[in-house]
Amino acid sequence: MLSRRNPQLNKNGELIHLLSIEGLPQPVLHHILDTAGTFLSVNDREVKKVPLLRGKSVFNLFFENSTRTRTTFEIAAKRLSADVINLDIARSSAAKGESLLDTIANLSAMHADMFVVRHGESGAPYLIAQHCAPHVHVVNAGDGRHAHPTQGLLDMYTIRHFKQDFTKLTVAIVGDIVHSRVARSDIHALTTLGVPEIRAVGPKTLVPGDLKEMGVRVCHDMKEGIRDADVIIMLRLQNERMSGAMLPSAAEYFKNYGLTPEKLALAKPDAIVMHPGPINRGVEIDSNVADGTQSVILPQVTFGIAVRMAVMSIIAGNNA
Amino acid sequence: MRTLIKNGRLIDPASGRDDVGDLAIAAGRIVGLGQVSAEFKADRVIDATGLIVAPGLVDLAVRLREPGHEHEGMLESEMAAAVAGGVTSLVCAPDTEPVLDEPGLVQMLKFRARNLNRAHLYPLGALTRNLRGEVLTAMAELTDAGCIGFSQAEVALKDTLVLHRALQYAATFGYTTWLRPNDGWLGNGVAAKGALATRMGLSGVPVIAETIALATIFELVRDTGARVHLCRLSSAAGIELVRRAKAEGLPVTCDVSINQLHLIDVDIRYFNAAMRVTPPLRQQRDRDAIRAALADGTIDALVSDHTPVGADAKNLPFAEAEPGATGLELLLSLALKWGQDDAVPLARTLATVTAAPVAVIGDALGSLAASAGRLVEGGVADVCVFDPDELWMVTPTALRSQGKHTPFEGYEVPGRVRFTLVAGSVAYEAQG
Repeated sequence: MLSRRNPQLNKNGELIHLLSIEGLPQPVLHHILDTAGTFLSVNDREVKKVPLLRGKSVFNLFFENSTRTRTTFEIAAKRLSADVINLDIARSSAAKGESLLDTIANLSAMHADMFVVRHGESGAPYLIAQHCAPHVHVVNAGDGRHAHPTQGLLDMYTIRHFKQDFTKLTVAIVGDIVHSRVARSDIHALTTLGVPEIRAVGPKTLVPGDLKEMGVRVCHDMKEGIRDADVIIMLRLQNERMSGAMLPSAAEYFKNYGLTPEKLALAKPDAIVMHPGPINRGVEIDSNVADGTQSVILPQVTFGIAVRMAVMSIIAGNNA
Repeated sequence: MRTLIKNGRLIDPASGRDDVGDLAIAAGRIVGLGQVSAEFKADRVIDATGLIVAPGLVDLAVRLREPGHEHEGMLESEMAAAVAGGVTSLVCAPDTEPVLDEPGLVQMLKFRARNLNRAHLYPLGALTRNLRGEVLTAMAELTDAGCIGFSQAEVALKDTLVLHRALQYAATFGYTTWLRPNDGWLGNGVAAKGALATRMGLSGVPVIAETIALATIFELVRDTGARVHLCRLSSAAGIELVRRAKAEGLPVTCDVSINQLHLIDVDIRYFNAAMRVTPPLRQQRDRDAIRAALADGTIDALVSDHTPVGADAKNLPFAEAEPGATGLELLLSLALKWGQDDAVPLARTLATVTAAPVAVIGDALGSLAASAGRLVEGGVADVCVFDPDELWMVTPTALRSQGKHTPFEGYEVPGRVRFTLVAGSVAYEAQG
């Protein structure tokens, strides 16, 4: 039987896995962001390493392909002096019919200390966390539509870096929210950190009304959605949305919800523009905005390494 | 074999009987009820002091996984689970491998069940060949072989033309069609659409998947006069449509499962795959409506929706896990728990798992229709003797079913079966 307790916290309320931002208390989030701040300087040193995870083995288990996220986790683990093993399971054992838990059991027998898991199904990292040895830590690197907590945290780091105080902000998340694990993690984090207005912006097929129950204001009109916003988070539009009868075409989507300089002018003058990447120029974002002065898309990537270092070092220091 | 059950509280929901007395059985039939003549000489006397003596339970939704899925549950273990749960008659779904669409398969299943000498087995035949929704099965031959109705199991019949003709044909001969109302296009998610599914990133089945299917079925029933049994309702809005259809006089009945009676979507908690069932668990207001409708008779029967699933098929991410939960051994206790929680009269509580499901099967039971699910002098002696006050903890490993997955693991529930008699012989007796 699965534990009724939040499986990512131990009995003392300390983080042992990072599975979702939902349910994490505000001090835990701030602790991660503060820790990330201390690692940022490591990335600027000539020798970009600290010995916190020396002798530990971090397994990157990517059941779904993602070179970019896997690379950032690999860099973060290596800067913590861990040994990193990359397993592209989408092309190996799963293709041979091995079950998820058998794969985990086998890798545990190789004395893994941490699994970084990306999986196409919501909740898969929970299953892994509940079936691996007690000393093994699990980091969710994106599961289905459910959560992408390190992306959420690096987004929070970025917002805190540029805006300092969360409690006076209006944040607009624009695009395919219903299929987005990034949006869910951002919404939970923003809510926990006290952001008073979070807007979910997009057509009804991608931003259904019941998102309101997550504590966001649903806007179907782009102009209304980004008006006076301090932060605009643009989401990547997947091509499947067109074949799934959710949108007629990328061009029509861009016309209504693409972020152009004209639309950006409706936001606060000092608004920042974020995107989890990789961006689709001309689909959800105009190149002039993506490369413009208000874009913080590249700082997000830099902060992402520090945030992932923070997460890995914190959970490795807590025992189940 | 002559058996005397002495001094029990005899409850027969159909007749309203509720008194302490004896029950005498000879040649598989009830020959004395209430005051039994001292001249009745029994081979075995069962002391039922402090126990309830009720009709054996009738479960309208059971999967035995045979033929085809023997690793997930075999006839023998699942029939043993049935009588351990006080279930003396059960209706099984046609979604086996191969599908129950041939009279020979039905005869074989009935034959194997009869040889086990446990619960009575009433198969549903497939409504369409291989459940593909294209060609009708030989319903008359399947009925002769022992089918008591026709069903698409979990496979939605998307083609309205085929469904219309299937109901026309079934209505010609007075066969009942059993349908789970679920639109084949809208009904493919893994959780109920709502705040929980949205938050967890699980694909959601909207309520309109149920109500659109119901609206279609009711129009077809109006047109064809076919008798339809609606399987496992899940939503308040769906129940409201059924209520109106019944008020209009349409020949429809319906059931709900123990899962929907007790659980809601938030019970999924951290992606607990034991909660992956079909239909998906909905919200609090739906469960409230289900409980009220079962009490007032809008929902006729309570079913276990027994579906043994192997560990390999369950220990997967939520959406990939096979839906289904074990239930035969929990049906009585979860009925009693609902009755206690909602202060439902014991007679109605027991009726939902005895007389009411028999009425759903109706004439298809043949000569048994008059006495199954009831305690009737001269009727078949299918009897469940249970202790209504004993609490027990649901422990999967202790279940007889090969299905060990249940959302109710760790629940403390009331009501322990002591004896189950099928056609007069003791098919189950609790140890100790």
